[in-house]
Amino acid sequence: MSNAPDNSGRRKFLTLTTGVVGAVGAAAVAVPFVKSWSPSEKAKAAGAPVSVDISKIQPGQLIRVEWRGKPVWVVSRTQKVLDELATLDSKLRDPASAEAQQPDYATNALRSLKSEIFLAVGICTHLGCSPTYLPDSFSEQVEGVESGFFCPCHGSKFDMAGRVFQNVPAPLNLVIPPHYYISDTQILIGQDKGDA
Amino acid sequence: MLKKLVLDGIDWVDARIPMTDTWNKHLAQYPTPVNFNFWYFFGSLAMLVLVNQILTGIWLTMHYNPSAEGAFASIEYIMRDVPYGWLLRYMHSTGASAFFVVIYLHMFRGLIYGSYQKPRELIWIFGMLIFLVLMAEAFMGYLLPWGQMSFWGAQVIISLFGAIPIVGDDLTLWIRGDYVISGATLNRFFALHVVALPLALVGLVFLHIIALHEVGSNNPDGVEIKQKKGTASEEAKGKFVFHEQYSGKKDIIDAIPFHPYFTVKDIMGVSFFLFCFAAVIFFMPEGGGYLLEAPNFEAANGLKTPDHIAPVWYYTPYYAILRAIPDKLIGVVFFGGSIAILFLLPWLDRCNVKSIRYRSWKHKLNITQFIICFIVLGVLGALPATPLLTTVAQVASVGYFGFFIALWVYSKNEKTKPLPTRLTH
Amino acid sequence: MKKLMIALVAAFSILPMFAVAAGGNVHLDKANYDLSDKASLQSGAKLFMNYCIACHSTGYQRYGRVATDLDIPEQLMKENLIFTDSKIGDLMHNSMNKKEAAQWFGAPPPDLTLVARVRGADWIYTYLRSFYADESRPFGVNNTVFPEVGMPHVLEELQGISTPTFEVTTDKNGVEHKKVVSLTSDESGEMSSDEYDEAVLNLVNFLVYAGEPNKLERQGMGVWVLAFLFVLFIVSYLLKKEYWRDIH
Repeated sequence: MSNAPDNSGRRKFLTLTTGVVGAVGAAAVAVPFVKSWSPSEKAKAAGAPVSVDISKIQPGQLIRVEWRGKPVWVVSRTQKVLDELATLDSKLRDPASAEAQQPDYATNALRSLKSEIFLAVGICTHLGCSPTYLPDSFSEQVEGVESGFFCPCHGSKFDMAGRVFQNVPAPLNLVIPPHYYISDTQILIGQDKGDA
Repeated sequence: MLKKLVLDGIDWVDARIPMTDTWNKHLAQYPTPVNFNFWYFFGSLAMLVLVNQILTGIWLTMHYNPSAEGAFASIEYIMRDVPYGWLLRYMHSTGASAFFVVIYLHMFRGLIYGSYQKPRELIWIFGMLIFLVLMAEAFMGYLLPWGQMSFWGAQVIISLFGAIPIVGDDLTLWIRGDYVISGATLNRFFALHVVALPLALVGLVFLHIIALHEVGSNNPDGVEIKQKKGTASEEAKGKFVFHEQYSGKKDIIDAIPFHPYFTVKDIMGVSFFLFCFAAVIFFMPEGGGYLLEAPNFEAANGLKTPDHIAPVWYYTPYYAILRAIPDKLIGVVFFGGSIAILFLLPWLDRCNVKSIRYRSWKHKLNITQFIICFIVLGVLGALPATPLLTTVAQVASVGYFGFFIALWVYSKNEKTKPLPTRLTH
Repeated sequence: MKKLMIALVAAFSILPMFAVAAGGNVHLDKANYDLSDKASLQSGAKLFMNYCIACHSTGYQRYGRVATDLDIPEQLMKENLIFTDSKIGDLMHNSMNKKEAAQWFGAPPPDLTLVARVRGADWIYTYLRSFYADESRPFGVNNTVFPEVGMPHVLEELQGISTPTFEVTTDKNGVEHKKVVSLTSDESGEMSSDEYDEAVLNLVNFLVYAGEPNKLERQGMGVWVLAFLFVLFIVSYLLKKEYWRDIH
């Protein structure tokens, strides 16, 4: 579509060179515009790891901590609950935690670092409601199981390791966030051990 | 194969909207005078700066908080917490001043080469409207950081409307929407700055270019490149093909297509401009206190006026005229008049010769004194007023308005030099 | 093209013509701060946290960013430099009640994040070294740079207190004008005069940093941007020359 008579090799070369240099410049200019959409320092500060003190937690108790605007549950599981968990595999969708819904250190039978303390993001993997903790009336939902989590929105059910039961809308186990024990009574949520 | 695909695609679009035709009409086959000199860079540079302002402006809006409580803090949030926010902000604040630099040089070009004269009056009028809207845009944008200068600058300028007889006080109250500059003022200025005025600007720029392409560009010789059909020699018409719209009715002489010749030339100008622009952004974003003023790093405080209030540099010439006149109402009249009279330029100049190259010594002298007065007023408007400086400002104001009066007088029977028949280059 | 360069350079160099002597008629000492001197910035930050932040917040910057930029380990920052119950990512506010502060000092102590951009480094450097004993003032001190200053000489334990030497002039109306010509320290402070100047310079350095934390990053990036644009200009100049061979 050019209206220039001559089209020498030198001209083609210079046009291409200018085009490439210009394109590099345009890409560089795009960087600040694109990067400015990333979380700001304010958002990062608000989403920073949260520490939770578990020294006063009672057996069977659930405490909620807000991390990145989401509820994180810390539940103290009794021995009875732990015993019960071992018997549920046949009723669960993903009993062995094959799906990557948890860090490596929580990919175990109890989905936790310490057996008595369970920690998970309290958001249903179906459509994002927060399930209700039923410490002793869960058997109304799943026969023969005393404790678990029941989502009031669409009836999804999870056991005390956050594993989803079969025949409910939720497809996956509850998410376990990165976390580690700073001390015996302090957990830091939102960061893997050793990360700065 | 790929080439065929592309060509088919172009045909497909062309059958539905006139893409290739528009491209040819306005770029590849648009006749541009061959003798454009460096003064002709500033139109495309103004366009570039406009794009810069719109893009960075949209991105700043994503993080800015338009409220009296949060505005100042949100600017610092952008400067510190948003990734690359500081760069976007400096691009916008420096861009505002760069806009006026290129616009003033663009207007100066029009002035010396008589680009406002018949048949280009409307181009000039649209251009002046762009300038006017741009001043309003910059003024309203300046309030948004909600610093001390934002607040008190707006206070002073809005108070000017109070000088208007009868309705003045009610008018200032209506503009502010409050008894002082407040969040209400901030919010309406924000709306106008980010939506209404940019729309008006883009619309006016479109009209400015449409009007330009209808009559064709002027040039440093002020001699038309369109002649009566059938009168020009083949040698004068040259080797290029121009769009039927232009070459159908007239013979076109000494012209070259805008694309590729002026696109490559403008790209070169743009690179050089960007070098200067980036130098300011990265090494002196405060511009010695004239692009970002020191008091504006302090949040607005309605109880404490900064020691010295001066408008941003691009308003100072008119502000100096305002201050030079020891009467509020008359001052405001001349302040407004100093802008308004520029609109009348096409009719105040009664000479048939456009370019300064072929006009009388009177005209050259008049333009020179005008530019000197304009710059002197610009410097004075930034300085604190003293009796001596006020006298100087009064003399310069006479020179400013005198330019237009003298032009009207001598241009009627001006002794001009003979015009060339062909463009000189 | 040469003309374009001249025009643009001229346009940008008009700016300094506007430059006025800002800051009034007080002589200001030059603050030779160095933003790349991390030790100086750390020392300045420590002074600020110990002497200033109780009254003056720097509420637009965050502890964490300061720690990162100044190479202060996060743990050290938390233990030694954060005196409120703030978290590391928080803005550096203080717990002073603004209304009560206004009653104590006449006006609430201003936030100092941007003070170096408002006043300039030289002003702060001179100001902090220009307190002198003046019994007529509520806090017993006055300042040559900021007459009738509303705050006490917070760094007195470091500098000691200075006594002024006045020069009294009588103008043509017979009115006496008293002007401070020099200050003499009683050397009761922990620091020698040179040490004190250096401490203040570190503090100024920190405040200049606080005013624009990414200044060095900006300038570093600027060098690359200008180098790139220079290359772009060269190739676009060659391209233009190549095309315009058709015309000339």
